[in-house]
Amino acid sequence: MMNILTMQTAKNHLTGIRWMLSTFFCTGVLVWMFANPAQAALEIEISGGSAVQIPIAILPLAEPANAPGKSRIHEIISNDLKGSGMFRVLNTSGVPSLPATAAQIKYTDWTALKAQGLSIGDVQQAPNGNLKINVQVMDVLRQTPLLQSTYTVAPSQYRHVAHLIADQIYEKFTGQPGAFATRIAYVTKAGKRFTLQIADYDGFNAQTLVSSNEPIISPAWAPDGSKMAYVSFEKKKPIVFVQSLYTGERKAVANFKGNNSAPAWSPDGSKLAVVLTYGANSQIYTISADGANLQQVTKSSSIDTEPAFSRDGQYIYFSSDRGGRPQIYKVPVSGGSPSRVTFEGGYNVSPRFSPDGKYLTYIRNDGGSFKVAVQDLGSGDVKLLSTGSQDESPSFAPNSRTIMYATRVGGKGTLATVAVDGLVRQRLSEAGGDIREPAWGPAQAAPK
Amino acid sequence: MNNNIWKIAALALVLTACKSTPMNPAKVEDSSVTKPISNSQNNGNDGSAGTNKIDIKTVDVDSGKDQLSAAELAKRQIFFDYDSDAIRAEYKDLVANHAKYLAAHPQTKVVLQGNTDERGTHEYNLALGQRRSVAVKNALNVLGVSDSQIETVSYGEERSKQNCADDDCFQHDRRVDVVYGQ
Repeated sequence: MMNILTMQTAKNHLTGIRWMLSTFFCTGVLVWMFANPAQAALEIEISGGSAVQIPIAILPLAEPANAPGKSRIHEIISNDLKGSGMFRVLNTSGVPSLPATAAQIKYTDWTALKAQGLSIGDVQQAPNGNLKINVQVMDVLRQTPLLQSTYTVAPSQYRHVAHLIADQIYEKFTGQPGAFATRIAYVTKAGKRFTLQIADYDGFNAQTLVSSNEPIISPAWAPDGSKMAYVSFEKKKPIVFVQSLYTGERKAVANFKGNNSAPAWSPDGSKLAVVLTYGANSQIYTISADGANLQQVTKSSSIDTEPAFSRDGQYIYFSSDRGGRPQIYKVPVSGGSPSRVTFEGGYNVSPRFSPDGKYLTYIRNDGGSFKVAVQDLGSGDVKLLSTGSQDESPSFAPNSRTIMYATRVGGKGTLATVAVDGLVRQRLSEAGGDIREPAWGPAQAAPK
Repeated sequence: MNNNIWKIAALALVLTACKSTPMNPAKVEDSSVTKPISNSQNNGNDGSAGTNKIDIKTVDVDSGKDQLSAAELAKRQIFFDYDSDAIRAEYKDLVANHAKYLAAHPQTKVVLQGNTDERGTHEYNLALGQRRSVAVKNALNVLGVSDSQIETVSYGEERSKQNCADDDCFQHDRRVDVVYGQ
């Protein structure tokens, strides 16, 4: 039994930040909308934690009165670091006077708290309505600056900058990149209405990309984060669309007789693996991202579906019942003989790679319960990570440390994350509708 | 199965007999907007049988619309056991009735929509639903329906009832819907 050092609950309410995206255009049953912040409040519940957590003090920044949103920078950073399970954010209420500048720091106050890190800073008004956000992080033991981060940005970038700084702190202390300044995509169902949404990794700044009275499934981010592939049933059958996030340009890239589904991007973003049926069972094909150059990859009378490219782009991993029960196989992208990948457990589907190529995550039916499994591709070790009974759609964070998946709680679809070591879990749930089919997007660039 | 084939053959003969009638090729277009000539009237005009096959098609479409609302074609859901694409014996007649109709109306198109219950992943269930629609297609093929008339698609679990507590509830989701096109 692992030690669980913290059990925390944080409720974050969305603040009114909107992405600066170009106007989308309308087509068919689909309606483009800007985010309605009131609809998108996601609650985050955190449980568990690493056995060794880094104690850190994140002090409030001096901020102008008109700083955007309800959450302040130090609160956003604190939530990110706590949620990772790798940090213990210290209560500073017993410290007599909190420093505003490096010169004011009295290190004995912080060594007494056993802090390893101390974050200070301020936010100032800058020309053209911008904000200048300045954060400094000190190594308390060495009494030296560890990190100095300054961004001058539009107020709409406030939360994004806080996540970027949290990523930098995470990396300084753990040696690994963070994944806080990232986005996720997911599908909501409220009544008969389906929407494909994108949001920050913590559920803030949710925005509807596609809205339809017919189902939407299987969103997949292009590797550069600029496009989304997904399956829409708007024509009363599954068709694969690719759409630009920024221009709204949208194209049916796979619309053949029968089903068109399960899009997965090649690592270079040039093509997709898709599943087509024509008049028979599901088979895997590749097609250029613009819908040209269709090539069949698997040729069987079995079900072959849920393709995922290996990180080197040479293989496609997929689910198949060719051996009787569903298992994961791999096949060269150019076609050929598939070989079996999973041997433990009678039912393994939905393979997805970690971006660093070290892990494969998938769904295992464990005695009637569908759970997230992770396989260490080096050692071959498999761990069951999730605790639900209908867990599905696992997707790795860009830093390969955390897996997001869909689960059901109290009869309602919600999203959850679990660290790849199984020690930290978070749950995101949207008030109201059902939420499913998460896909964690690539790391976002810093604002210029 | 043989029984069904004979039924189809018999129905096809009846339909062929009914077809061979309209007298005036100029009335082809009109017949689609006016009340179709009744079969008995047609039978009274046997003398012109086989004079024009384009006419024959027009009458078929109209009579076909009547047939589609007939009781034996009104049943359009085929239910399946858990994790199975085998068509249960109780649906053989339902499938045979649609096969007869489609074989006799080669211009009519049908979409077979496979469905599953919510257990399992969205994409794998899409593939399982497809397997069911293919099973129904294969049964129709055996009974003489052309591939060109059939599209098999799957909704997987997307139209399933959620939070089913027992198999009676799940059972409703494991089905193929027969959907006629234009």
